Amino acid sequence: MTTHVESDGRFGAFGGRYVPETLVPALDELEAALAEALADPAFHAELNGLLQHYVGRPSTLCDAPRFSELVGAPVWLKREDLNHTGAHKINNALAQALLARRMGKRRIIAETGAGQHGVATATVCARLGLECVVYMGEEDMRRQRLNVYRMRLMGATVVPVTAGTRTLKDATTEAIRDWVTTCPTSHYIIGSVVGPAPYPRMVRDFQAIIGREARAQMLERAGRLPKSVVACVGGGSNAMGVFHAFVGDADVELVGVEAAGHGLDSGAHSASLTCGTPGVLHGALSYLLQDAHGQVYPAHSISAGLDYPGVGPEHSHLKDSGRATYVSVTDDQALEGFAMLGRLEGIIPALETAHAVAWIASQRGRWAADEPVLLCVSGRGDKDVAQVSELGSLPG
Amino acid sequence: MLTARIDALRAQGRRALVCYATAGHPDPDRSVALWQGLEAAGADVLEVGVPFSDPMADGPVIQASSQVALEHGVHLDGALELVHRAQLGIPVVLFSYLNPLIAAGEGVLRRAADAGVHGVLVTDLPVGSDPAREAWLGEGPLDFVRLVAPTTPAERMGEIARHGRGFVYLISRLGVTGMSDTLPPDLPATIARLRGVCTLPICVGFGVSRPEHARAIGAHADGVVVGSAIVRAAGESVNLAVALARELRAALDEPAAR
Repeated sequence: MTTHVESDGRFGAFGGRYVPETLVPALDELEAALAEALADPAFHAELNGLLQHYVGRPSTLCDAPRFSELVGAPVWLKREDLNHTGAHKINNALAQALLARRMGKRRIIAETGAGQHGVATATVCARLGLECVVYMGEEDMRRQRLNVYRMRLMGATVVPVTAGTRTLKDATTEAIRDWVTTCPTSHYIIGSVVGPAPYPRMVRDFQAIIGREARAQMLERAGRLPKSVVACVGGGSNAMGVFHAFVGDADVELVGVEAAGHGLDSGAHSASLTCGTPGVLHGALSYLLQDAHGQVYPAHSISAGLDYPGVGPEHSHLKDSGRATYVSVTDDQALEGFAMLGRLEGIIPALETAHAVAWIASQRGRWAADEPVLLCVSGRGDKDVAQVSELGSLPG
Repeated sequence: MLTARIDALRAQGRRALVCYATAGHPDPDRSVALWQGLEAAGADVLEVGVPFSDPMADGPVIQASSQVALEHGVHLDGALELVHRAQLGIPVVLFSYLNPLIAAGEGVLRRAADAGVHGVLVTDLPVGSDPAREAWLGEGPLDFVRLVAPTTPAERMGEIARHGRGFVYLISRLGVTGMSDTLPPDLPATIARLRGVCTLPICVGFGVSRPEHARAIGAHADGVVVGSAIVRAAGESVNLAVALARELRAALDEPAAR
């Protein structure tokens, strides 16, 4: 197995800190505050207390008998959809908000695609009494009206982003512009394992609780480690969160499922790892959908949370080192996955998660009957029901 | 050539006027006409912005100009063709994000020099962030101009100055490129702090849009960089942008500046 390299804010060749000079001292400050917090038992005590009583952790590991029958192998669901706010995003948002408060920063900036990270950030800001400004692409605000309302209900300011493709990429760019202007008093809570160092490692570490719990739960419930761990990948935070605890388990296959949108040949997809080339966007070197001139392609996915042309640098490293495998699933397949888990298990997954569901469903025969598969259910699908219902007849 | 040009001005008691324009904006032909007009109006250095799809350090005016240029199909190599066509007598500095430079390949610095470019400035490659790529840019045929921000601690200012060539670009205030009504009150103190650790000429940009700003900065720095104000004027007409450059030149040259 390839050893996992992490030094200098890089994962192999990927990552780094490609930011305007103005942000370099802010990132240094963040790195120092993070190290100090992680060494402070009081920080962990407060975080763990809130994760348990406010978020509702540990999230359960749930069997899926009817879906397993379809797949031909036991599938176990790590239920991040059961967290407060309905997705894994709150694990990271909560920890970073506590960190911001330690740093004396009372104003929080966030970007959001599907709205799950924005909602999680608005939620923890309400709980901690912090000001919250969320940047969201106009197109995503249309697709995720309910989440916009939820954020505003909790006192956050949602700023529509009208530049470019009006989706997550442009919301992230706009959030960075805000941070360049306000960094002495604001903290930017990035929602995924992307951005300049130390963000990719920090967000992974705050999400790694998913895999730590799931690994112990698998050993307890299934009596063994999973054969494969499967998660959807946009920026890749739920995937890194669940993968991290298993990276050292050479026999456990790690599979990330990207959004193939209208198909990999259509040019309308978000499969950065499958089809991209290394490039620099939003402060890090990673696989990127870009043209020959280094201009970033607009991504596409039916799921706003996967609709991003880049990906976390650690995923790029896991791909190049061969430790993880990345596959992709189209919009139509994802819709089938969305309906399938609802019909077979009574669990409506987020459209993001539905990509991972659909890939597992397509792989019948890949696993022996006694080889368990672990699926990270990154979020619940309620936010997507209105959008999917507008497509017409029931999918699947 | 950059340092020599600015030092020669300094020796005459004058300050450098650095004008920024996005390559391919408002369109390729007018871009060339604009640059020639800016030179005639008394610009000492031209910064040519390389259009990029995701300009995270730029405010609305330069973002929009970048978008227009991309719609005209102008990328890095297109920008170099325009520089070659313009045949300017003043030094040209490319102002780019890192990704278009990487995509253009290792030979791009030589191609740029051949086209008539003298310096390169990269918005998202701070000192120490990527030694291999910094060496590529620093040891090539172009002067690698580095940026200092108002948040930069004094000791890091010195480190940046040691790595830079041509001049040091001091960002006047927090935030992205764009116009401001006033200059930050602590700007003279920031310039003085940088001066203490830096032998290269110092040019100040971001938020510098009016003749009175140029005059005020000229009292402390070796040059001023005007970007968004010129780009916005150029969006209306080349003549308007050239007229602004002439006003800025006159303000910088007023004896009252010192």
